[in-house]
Amino acid sequence: MPLTLVHARYQLLETIRVPIAVVGSAFFPAAAMLFFVVPFAGDDAVAATYATASMVVFSIMVSSLFTFGVGVADDRSQPWDGFTRTLPAGPGPRFAGRILAGMAMTLVSLVPVLLVAALLTAATVSATGLLLGLCAVFVGALPFTLMGLAIGYALPLKAALVVCQVVFFPLAVGGGLMSSPDEAPRFIEVIAPYLPTRGAVELMWAAVGDYPPQARSLLMLAVWTLAAAAAALSAYRRDEGRRFR
Amino acid sequence: MILAAAVEVSRSYGDVRALDRVSIRVEEGELVGLLGPNGAGKSTLINLLTGVRRPDSGRVELCGGDPRDPRSRRALGVTPQETGLPATLKVGEVVDFVAAHHPDPVPRAELLDRFGLADLARRQTGGLSGGQKRRLAIALAFVGRPRIVVLDEPTTGLDVEARRGLWDAIEAFHAAGGTVLLSSHYLEEIEALARRVVVLGGGRVLADDTVAAVRDVVGVRRVSVTVSGVLPDLPGVVAVERDGDRAHLLTTDADALVRALVTSTVDFRQLEVRPTSLEEAFLALTRPVPATA
Repeated sequence: MPLTLVHARYQLLETIRVPIAVVGSAFFPAAAMLFFVVPFAGDDAVAATYATASMVVFSIMVSSLFTFGVGVADDRSQPWDGFTRTLPAGPGPRFAGRILAGMAMTLVSLVPVLLVAALLTAATVSATGLLLGLCAVFVGALPFTLMGLAIGYALPLKAALVVCQVVFFPLAVGGGLMSSPDEAPRFIEVIAPYLPTRGAVELMWAAVGDYPPQARSLLMLAVWTLAAAAAALSAYRRDEGRRFR
Repeated sequence: MILAAAVEVSRSYGDVRALDRVSIRVEEGELVGLLGPNGAGKSTLINLLTGVRRPDSGRVELCGGDPRDPRSRRALGVTPQETGLPATLKVGEVVDFVAAHHPDPVPRAELLDRFGLADLARRQTGGLSGGQKRRLAIALAFVGRPRIVVLDEPTTGLDVEARRGLWDAIEAFHAAGGTVLLSSHYLEEIEALARRVVVLGGGRVLADDTVAAVRDVVGVRRVSVTVSGVLPDLPGVVAVERDGDRAHLLTTDADALVRALVTSTVDFRQLEVRPTSLEEAFLALTRPVPATA
């Protein structure tokens, strides 16, 4: 679909023209690696690998939520957005182009995480594991991408910013991203399977290690993805650009 | 063929009724002006006709279909507001982006040349002057070889020369058979371009007539005097408002009215003659008062 690529290309162009934005999205996960993973789990190959995988999921979650939640809300506040709605294209290419561009930015933001893991920790991964991990990135990013889109299309910019911030923290901690697979506090073990972050990180752990993913977590990941897709679609349909009272 | 139509369309934002049962039809080949003060509902009507927003009630139609259906917008050209260009993109990129949505776009060089932007293709839009941005915005409406263009206040904030240049471009498009719906709050601009004008005020259609007919209405003057007694019958008065001793007479011929006032025996003070605003003229004429045009 060439129009999708056109939209993706222009999204990326706009991002790249403000280089600090690229640096920003890559900095946070890399810094988290340096402060939380390297000093605590750096020497243990298995722990470092799992921790890196968790950090990757953390990174794609934050990047997806904010890129789409805040990015879409910001775009909607621009008059240019109203103009693009008068062009003869349905929502498909815009939606898909945005997702493609977001995925590309997410991958860029993962590079420093992987570099830190490879150079400063004992984390290891086979070529197959890396490839599987890449697939897990795409599957795991989906619910957060859709959640971001739902937030971005439903809320004005300032509200979207707050909601993204409020949403990402419980998802990260509650999903067990801050602890290794079976050492999380008891209450997190209880709630984690019901959060999309857990399903995503279990996929990642399974890809790069020999963690057996739980059916319940994966099912809930699918449920969250579908629910987020429905919410995003409904928010998009109701959206008419800026709303004033 | 009717290219754009609104039938009994209403739209509110919260408690504010922006459009109240508005109907308008634009036939192929027409150049219709949409005139009205700020807040009259012009932009809302345009947003409905171009598929950006949907009406609360009533029906809108574009090129025979629902404007919210992308297929109906294939033959539509719209101008973004001047401030709305993506600042980091270059002029040529913005044109290419819009062109990618159309099956047979005007080649970039030809379009930029036509709007005097040929030297600016590699500049970021954020660095353009107000006039250049405005020209680019209007050029974007013509990228897809439209049958109908909708221009929302296209020349607001431009100097006279730049305005003439854009008027020429719009006239050339119309002369070649193009249909134009153009909003403005300058009567002068509508007069220069349109044959027909629809006047909006307070979310309603106040007039839908030839430019000449509307100009006569807008040419109404307000003559105010303070009188203690009763006013005699005066020529050319279309509406009278009394505010205690103060009488405001709306007239199409202020000269004749003042002459008649002076020669009459009425004892008046504080004579004041001033033009009415568009809004005043139309509200006065549409308000249910005894005297009408």
